[in-house]
Amino acid sequence: MPEDKGQFDVAYVAHLARLQLTDAEMTQFSSQLQNILSYVTKLNELDVSNVEPTAHAVPLTNVLRKDEARPSIDRERVLANAPETARDLFIMPKIVE
Amino acid sequence: MSLHTLTVCQLRDKIRTGEVSSREATQSLLNRIASVDGKVKAYNWLNADNALAQADAAKKGGVLAGVPVAIKDVINVDGQPCTCASKILQGYVAPYDATVIRKLREAGAILVGRTNMDEFAMGSSTENSSWGTTCNPWDLTRIPGGSSGGSAAAVAADEAFAALGSDTGGSIRQPAALCGCVGLKPTYGRVSRYGLVAFASSLDQIGSFTKDVRDAALLLSVISGHDPMDSTSVPRPVPDYVAALERGVKGLRIGLPKEYFIPGMDREVEAAVRAAIAKLVSLGAEVVEISLPHTDYAVAVYYLIATAEASANLARFDGVRYGARVKGEDVIDTYGKTRGSGFGPEVKRRIILGTYALSAGYYDAYYLRAQKVRTLIRQDFEKAFAKCDVIVTPTTPEVAFKAGEKSGDPLKMYLSDIFTISVNLAGNCGVSIPCGFAHKLPIGLQIIGKAFDEETVLRTAYAYEQATAWHKERPVL
Repeated sequence: MPEDKGQFDVAYVAHLARLQLTDAEMTQFSSQLQNILSYVTKLNELDVSNVEPTAHAVPLTNVLRKDEARPSIDRERVLANAPETARDLFIMPKIVE
Repeated sequence: MSLHTLTVCQLRDKIRTGEVSSREATQSLLNRIASVDGKVKAYNWLNADNALAQADAAKKGGVLAGVPVAIKDVINVDGQPCTCASKILQGYVAPYDATVIRKLREAGAILVGRTNMDEFAMGSSTENSSWGTTCNPWDLTRIPGGSSGGSAAAVAADEAFAALGSDTGGSIRQPAALCGCVGLKPTYGRVSRYGLVAFASSLDQIGSFTKDVRDAALLLSVISGHDPMDSTSVPRPVPDYVAALERGVKGLRIGLPKEYFIPGMDREVEAAVRAAIAKLVSLGAEVVEISLPHTDYAVAVYYLIATAEASANLARFDGVRYGARVKGEDVIDTYGKTRGSGFGPEVKRRIILGTYALSAGYYDAYYLRAQKVRTLIRQDFEKAFAKCDVIVTPTTPEVAFKAGEKSGDPLKMYLSDIFTISVNLAGNCGVSIPCGFAHKLPIGLQIIGKAFDEETVLRTAYAYEQATAWHKERPVL
């Protein structure tokens, strides 16, 4: 785990997360997250070289179902929650010029 | 008659015999909410007409026939709002029932209202809510715990006969402890999460808040079971949890992990927990010293894994399919503005931490390492459960703290979940039950069980509850 304390770039990570922050949030989060990151470096104390990771605790793998058409949630009711719709579709901001 | 003080089982029996109607019970509850919720602020949404109409139409004969239940504002109930206490979901109306809600309806329950919570279940105090903070009914200047603080406060204040919540790192057990009610987190895989808004998918579990252990067993029997809509729900039969209560604790081996009795914890809390253990011993249980050596790493593991999963899960809140949209210059700007104005500070902090932990160059160092230490924590529990049947600990190191006391220091807040987090990481089940008072505030006893062994957890809790009267104490409001 990186020990360097100066490299945490909140603005860059916020951009990756598509999250616009105010300058005040940027300053506050920067110091709070630095604090949390130095706390989690305690995981470096442990030797995990021969340990398998745990992704979840449930004793199941590869749950499959038949690919069959089934009734689903009513389209009108789903679209009713969207900020912008037209002709049974969600309207997105333009992605390609 | 003050029907609102009854337990679920008591009310259900009165409705069955025709002594009271579901409408009378629902009206009594609505009156109680009207008289005290201005102080407690447990509910985000309530519709009296809707609740009374459900009461009149309630299915007869179900095990919860006519009994009103409150639902944490993170579980979808068809036709009701589901805001997750976030501005980003303002105006959202659920177009379907979560599986647990379908099961409650089939059992005849009334879905009376939505309870407050930390935004997207991220928090330990219910202070991170766009609706404002819920107050602890025992002392209105203190927090009810979180993230399911509204559900816990509602049950403790007799504003709900029972409530559902969700527990990702302690969000049922911690508020139950701080409000003095029974909070059950079932085993991961026991209860379907279909319709629960996801926070950290490898940890989230739906469970209940009730006034006593019998009600917890009854509700678990109703909401458990395999669901094809949740591929992580496990196809195992659902036992009759109520029938399992009476078996007692004679010969039961109780593990006491030395890592859970730490310097710095409230002495009165520790004394109450030790007295509760002595009570269980007097009822025939045996004490076994055990060790969970990686306990000290659990909070660090949790805040890497939970935030990483949250950063992925919360990507869906982009102002396209639901919620408010804040228009920007282009699509990226629209996403950024929508999410920047829709999420509160704690959610933003966690999304950033999680995104960082998963980002190129840091994944192995943070996320993967955390998953490996999670394995060590699981192995601790496996080894411990070779020697004992249940593990008994305090639910929290201290009683309810003052509003504002920890909200400025996220790390300090995170450490208040130190005794509950490992159970989610390991995939066990656990319950918190009232075991006394310190500084006039409730104390929680945590009973942890093996995966899918809710029966032993509940019968231990029931044996203790039968021998004590803590669960009958109520705050004066």
